[in-house]
Amino acid sequence: MGVSRVSEKASSEDAVGKEFEVERTVLRRIQMTLHRYPWLSSLVVLIAVLISFGLINERFLLPSTISLMVQQTVIVGTLAIAQALIILTAGIDLSIGSIMIFGQMVMANLAVFVVASNVLPIAGQNPYLAIFLGILAATVAGAVNGFLIVRFGLPPFIVTLGTWSVFMGLTLILFKSRTIQGPEMPDVMLILGEGFAVGPFFVTFGLIVMFALYFGVAWVLRNTAWGVHVYAVGDDPVAAKLSGINASRVLFSVYLVAGLIMGIAAFVTIGRVGSASPNVDPMLNLQSITAVVIGGISLFGGRGAVVGALLGAMIVVAVEMGLSLAGVDQAYRTAAIGILVIVAVGVDQWIRKVKL
Amino acid sequence: MTEPIVKARGLVKRFGSVTALNGADFDLFRGEVLAVIGDNGAGKSSLIKCFAGAHVADDGTMWVNGKEVAFRSTQEAREQGIETVFQTLAVAPALDIASNLFLGREVRKKGFMGTVFRQLDKKGMRRQATEQLESLGINTLQDITQAVETLSGGQRQAVSVARAAAFGSQVIILDEPTAALGVRESGKVLDLIKDLKNRGLTVVLISHNMPQVYEVADRIHVQRLGKRAAVVTPKSASMTDSVGLMTGAIDIPDGEQQLSPV
Repeated sequence: MGVSRVSEKASSEDAVGKEFEVERTVLRRIQMTLHRYPWLSSLVVLIAVLISFGLINERFLLPSTISLMVQQTVIVGTLAIAQALIILTAGIDLSIGSIMIFGQMVMANLAVFVVASNVLPIAGQNPYLAIFLGILAATVAGAVNGFLIVRFGLPPFIVTLGTWSVFMGLTLILFKSRTIQGPEMPDVMLILGEGFAVGPFFVTFGLIVMFALYFGVAWVLRNTAWGVHVYAVGDDPVAAKLSGINASRVLFSVYLVAGLIMGIAAFVTIGRVGSASPNVDPMLNLQSITAVVIGGISLFGGRGAVVGALLGAMIVVAVEMGLSLAGVDQAYRTAAIGILVIVAVGVDQWIRKVKL
Repeated sequence: MTEPIVKARGLVKRFGSVTALNGADFDLFRGEVLAVIGDNGAGKSSLIKCFAGAHVADDGTMWVNGKEVAFRSTQEAREQGIETVFQTLAVAPALDIASNLFLGREVRKKGFMGTVFRQLDKKGMRRQATEQLESLGINTLQDITQAVETLSGGQRQAVSVARAAAFGSQVIILDEPTAALGVRESGKVLDLIKDLKNRGLTVVLISHNMPQVYEVADRIHVQRLGKRAAVVTPKSASMTDSVGLMTGAIDIPDGEQQLSPV
């Protein structure tokens, strides 16, 4: 008897499901697909941007222009992986640029023998050790963020706003504001700026590092328990805890890994820029957030794929480049990126409203 | 008298100036369905959250199978075979059904990819999740990779109950499982509870709904003002009696209560 009751209910619920099926409009189907794969919208936008600017100016799709654009994404693109991980946990990291610069200055100053680094007796001995210590410094800086957020329950926004200044100050205290030029450093420090030609395109080792990081992080997020837990904690931390996940440990590990990625980004940046300066683009924090948001990763946590951040970074570079080739003034380009961010967040809100 | 599977004496739980549990006792016997009823603020949820590991009691003692325990996390309660379906369901809305079923105890692949790269056995988990849902008669979910937030309230409830049923080896605690459900969906959850009992599991059901409690419960634990006011059975006390016990309008002497298994 019980069994027949269950099947009756099941069939009537199926009927309800079919009614809904008919009501699904094209727009609703798009919304549901985007709900499942939020990075698809970024891919569509990127392709649309490439096609439309290519039609406006044929120089836009020249291999040399594309090579340049891809290389321009390498710094923000690498930092955006760290930012994406943190935003997936419903956090935010404003200190990203500052930690990257800190790691970069540790690296460069340890690699060359300079008077400014009088606090560091091992300077100029071994560039590999310098690179390692620079990456370690950034990892520790990331761990400091994680510790303050997890241990004291402070909002990530406030913690990283504070550490943004702290690590910037620390860099200036330790290394003054001296820029270390490429020729001063051992060759290996600049290796990630070098590369090889693939047909008409130029591929740097820094790009390979960035793509490897995207692949690695995306794989781990999709295929390990840690990855599932990162999404669960970002989605609903209380539910995650009740499900037996150690949310504090997951959060801390995310900030630690993000610090590690910022350290690697520091090495990539030295190669790309060709020098190590504490005055690298001060907008890097915000650019990494822009890339993540345009890439369809929700600022509310738990939604989106890390590959979106790469697409987001490429969209920003492509729009900048396209507008610049079209002869649009810098001020308008800046404004255009701002509009893009707001549209991206609007789309995210719309996608989140999906209900069957 | 048989040894209770879960037993507590003198549990105290305070939240600041509010005392949720004020020396509560509790006895749960193997294989029964025990309903916990009480007015709002009587400490029903606080009581079961102590057994679930979600709360740590400030005072009092708990035993599981005669052994004294002090749970500090839901993980520790799970290790003793106690699974809980919380009122909030504790599901991650953006994750799919299979991921939610295995949340916090994911299964890794066998061999090199699993041990070295810690790769999850997604296919295996999806297959087991499908089997589990089917064995509980929840066959309206077409796609196991669907995000939980796209499901209806009843379907989410089913996912949460299925998770508890899949892993609970001893006790399953359900906190207001039908509160947000319609009549038909509630009926399904009650069928599930009976099914769990038939499988030999012990069930604790918190509910406000008297007809539902009287339909499935073997014994009824009445909680009032942070304490156990009485334990009755659907036969020994009418619904009106139970409501009277809940509000404190009537009292039953210990001798007339059902403190041992039915």
